[in-house]
Amino acid sequence: MNGSADDAMVRIGLEIHCQLTALRSKLFCPCPAEYRGKEPNTNVCPVCLGMPGTLPLLNKRAVEYAVMLALALNCSIPERITFYRKNYFYPDLPKNFQITQYNAYEQASVGVGGSIVLDDLEGKRVRIRRLQLEEDPGRLVYEGSIDTSNYALVDYNRAGVALVEIVTEPDFREPGEVRVFLNMLASILEHLGICDTTLEGAVRCDANVSMGDQARVEIKNINSFRDVERAIAFEMTRQRNLISRGIEIRGETRHWDDARRVTVQARAKEEEEDYRYFPEPDIPSIEISRMDVEAIRGSMPELPHARVERFVREYNLQRDTARVLVGEKVLADMLETGLKYYNNARSIANWIVTDLKGYMERYGGSGVSGGGGNGNGNGDGSGSGSGSNSILAKVTARHIAELAMLVDSGRINRTVARQIMQSAISTGILPSEAVKSMNAGMLSDRDELSPIVERVLKEERKAVIDALSNEKALNYLLGKVMRYSKGRADPRLVLDMLRERVTREGK
Amino acid sequence: MISMVRSSRLALSAYELVEEFRCGSMSIEDYMASLLERIESIDGRINAYITVNEHALEEARKMDRLVRAGSDGNSNSGHGGGDQALLGVPLAVKDNISTLGIRTTCASRMLADYVPVYDATVVKRLKGAGAIVIGKTNMDEFGMGSTTEFSAFGATRNPWKEDRVAGGSSGGSGAALAACMASIALGSDTGGSVRCPASFCSVYGLKPTYGLLSRYGLISYASSLDCIGLMARSVHDLALMLRAAGRDEHDHTSIDSTLDLRLECTDLKGLRFALIKEVMESEGMDAPVRDCMMDAVSSVEQLGATVEEVSMPVLRYALASYYTIAMAEASSNLARYDGVRYGHTMQPDGVAWNEFYSTIRSNFGSEVKRRIMLGTYVLSSGYYGRYYMKAQQARALIRDGMMMVLKDHDAVMTPTMPVLPPRIGERVSDPLRLYTIDICTVVANLAGIPALSIPYSMHDGLPIGIQFMAGHLGEPLLLRIAHALESAREGKVRRCML
Repeated sequence: MNGSADDAMVRIGLEIHCQLTALRSKLFCPCPAEYRGKEPNTNVCPVCLGMPGTLPLLNKRAVEYAVMLALALNCSIPERITFYRKNYFYPDLPKNFQITQYNAYEQASVGVGGSIVLDDLEGKRVRIRRLQLEEDPGRLVYEGSIDTSNYALVDYNRAGVALVEIVTEPDFREPGEVRVFLNMLASILEHLGICDTTLEGAVRCDANVSMGDQARVEIKNINSFRDVERAIAFEMTRQRNLISRGIEIRGETRHWDDARRVTVQARAKEEEEDYRYFPEPDIPSIEISRMDVEAIRGSMPELPHARVERFVREYNLQRDTARVLVGEKVLADMLETGLKYYNNARSIANWIVTDLKGYMERYGGSGVSGGGGNGNGNGDGSGSGSGSNSILAKVTARHIAELAMLVDSGRINRTVARQIMQSAISTGILPSEAVKSMNAGMLSDRDELSPIVERVLKEERKAVIDALSNEKALNYLLGKVMRYSKGRADPRLVLDMLRERVTREGK
Repeated sequence: MISMVRSSRLALSAYELVEEFRCGSMSIEDYMASLLERIESIDGRINAYITVNEHALEEARKMDRLVRAGSDGNSNSGHGGGDQALLGVPLAVKDNISTLGIRTTCASRMLADYVPVYDATVVKRLKGAGAIVIGKTNMDEFGMGSTTEFSAFGATRNPWKEDRVAGGSSGGSGAALAACMASIALGSDTGGSVRCPASFCSVYGLKPTYGLLSRYGLISYASSLDCIGLMARSVHDLALMLRAAGRDEHDHTSIDSTLDLRLECTDLKGLRFALIKEVMESEGMDAPVRDCMMDAVSSVEQLGATVEEVSMPVLRYALASYYTIAMAEASSNLARYDGVRYGHTMQPDGVAWNEFYSTIRSNFGSEVKRRIMLGTYVLSSGYYGRYYMKAQQARALIRDGMMMVLKDHDAVMTPTMPVLPPRIGERVSDPLRLYTIDICTVVANLAGIPALSIPYSMHDGLPIGIQFMAGHLGEPLLLRIAHALESAREGKVRRCML
């Protein structure tokens, strides 16, 4: 209890739920895995509704996908995988038990004891305690908010969708590390092609935070990756505050209130939950031989880490650039597709990393979002917004490749290129077409440029005098010329002309 | 125009019926109508049925048309696809087996109005072979009991002596067969629930190898022990019903198999049977049952079998192991009855979840509540290792012990029930004593092996059955034993009251 709150060792752990959105059917029945946007309670069958007498039918592909992810997170795969029942009453749970996995009596979840190295954190290693396969519950829909609603409606469309739960050890020390980890995880999921992380509710994250030897606090109901960082930061401040006032931290579950950006105490439970886990008798244990594991490993697509290395090796990219690209699979894919149109990886990569990514960030948060948490979530989480996606719907690898090629060949300058990018974003027009329709392309005729240059020299006397002694002032003048020419002026030519004229002035 | 068939014909076996229907000497509709009339006239007393299929006559008529169409056209073709081995046979189905469009109550108030939207796989397969569901039979609520007294629809009476129980939990199916209100019947057997009523009602009751009959559609009591069981008045009929066996893609625990079910051999030459010393010496065995057992031993010896006594001390743990596992699984399986999606419910407005749940779930009967509470307790954290895990360890020992015995012997022979059918009300007040009468039957469920109760004799008008247990997929052997005894004891044992 003594010691300053600032010195206390912070431990942050995560529980992440990822839906295997690439599956065609649910985990235990043939209902479509895609439940989004459907009339409530239409994406159901006797099995996922838990009708009396029905039995779960395991989706083998789900096991395969989960094993892939476990391997990508360097987990070991037990030789026998067993499902357990987690018993609790909640209206979103059709059987009033969830089929999941449990490692207290045997190591029988799809993956155990993994780790992941984060290059963006100087090689920090985050340990994975376990990875398990389980079924998603349905969703409760409240009128208004959970506190004021007189009733809840239940939608079982989601019930039975395959989820992978990843539990980390409490290896994070600060919220920023969590963000890096989650981005890495999202990239792995995208590279494996098992989870479309941009779908609302496809990835959900709970966090737990403890300080020094104080009790652990769990935070649930966090709806986006950005909010994970915020919620942890808030919780750390809250706990530090309490400790500095000599107040002991209570072990509890808190909810993230994303409107007020605070964590609030969840309704106090009358007693400790006892889930009465026992092996699911309707699903025999699955034997996974080393051969099976190696076959799955062999079928796995290239993972982010290897792809970064390959980009550095094959394309001679800066490692940082490669990491940024691979961090979002669509960007890395764009580079490799773009090479078909213009074989200059560094140039295309720079366009993606400096320009395209900037646009994507401006037009909508990129990356992953999350939906309602388990059970207590109040329905939908905030979606990622369609901004970045809509840009990518218009701007393809071919756009970027053409743009890079046009600039590199000197046919257009960067300012024009950015204008072309803008029109591509709004209309999808290809740069090669845009250049044609801009008809002139670049202004590179001295006679045409001369009046503009003269106008600028007249208006900017002070800068002209500066330019005599300071080369940088030339750039200022160049900017002016570019503006008056609506960006069409050939900057190299303009610079030559300005230099000549300024020198002449000086004499 | 329906003409009633002679009542003695209601006692025909399914295989005999099919012959009559095929050659057209009797119409399926007439037969069905006669059976329905019999149900109408006597089931008020027996209470074997919870629901009679109101479309049974219509389905019989449809089947008659198929027969006529078949004989008008190319006469040697099957009727309506498949080989129709159960053409027109009236099938009674225990009320915990899902039947499309026919309410399936599990004899519980919780499901009093529940109508399934699908047929259980076994029902589907038997219907595919031509059987017609005549009705849904009474049982102990969710299969929890050995007397069919724990039913929300009242106790079933034993047709042989109506102040006696019919056994349970598939008591309705047993009574329906004994009283000729059906030709064949489905039950379910978690710890003896098909064999017990078979024994008390003097019919055959087969609990197959675990997984041989798909559980899809059987409303779960204890998943790792539950089996759909077959009940009939002849061994031939059991063989016909076993056509429903085999792998079902809806049930991961179902198994593939091809059984040779031809019944040719009428002796037991070369077979070695084991008696279990601990069972034979048990104080809980009624004297008439012991006498019957000794008589059965000499019968099989006369048919050429040798009988030896073996000791299996591990059986001491059988009942505790069985009830711990069954109750634990039941507490989880029965959690889904919460009034939210189907079954008994109430207006939820302004009621908190927990209050809603407890109000709805108070509609379970007392025995079901007892087992849910005990099951919840044994799975609680801190007790799992002490109870559930121990029970599983004991189960493994019992299974291994049985496998050892069955390595040296073809079958194990016990009385099915150690007692004669109790009077109604006699035992329900003492659950522990009631549980002990399952001692001989639970072993087969714990070990996952097949077991058959064979009607053997009567004492004071009360039936006594003998049980044989065989190794994994030993159903052909069990049928062979039953067939030999059926031939040998022709005229000495009655399998229905007509």
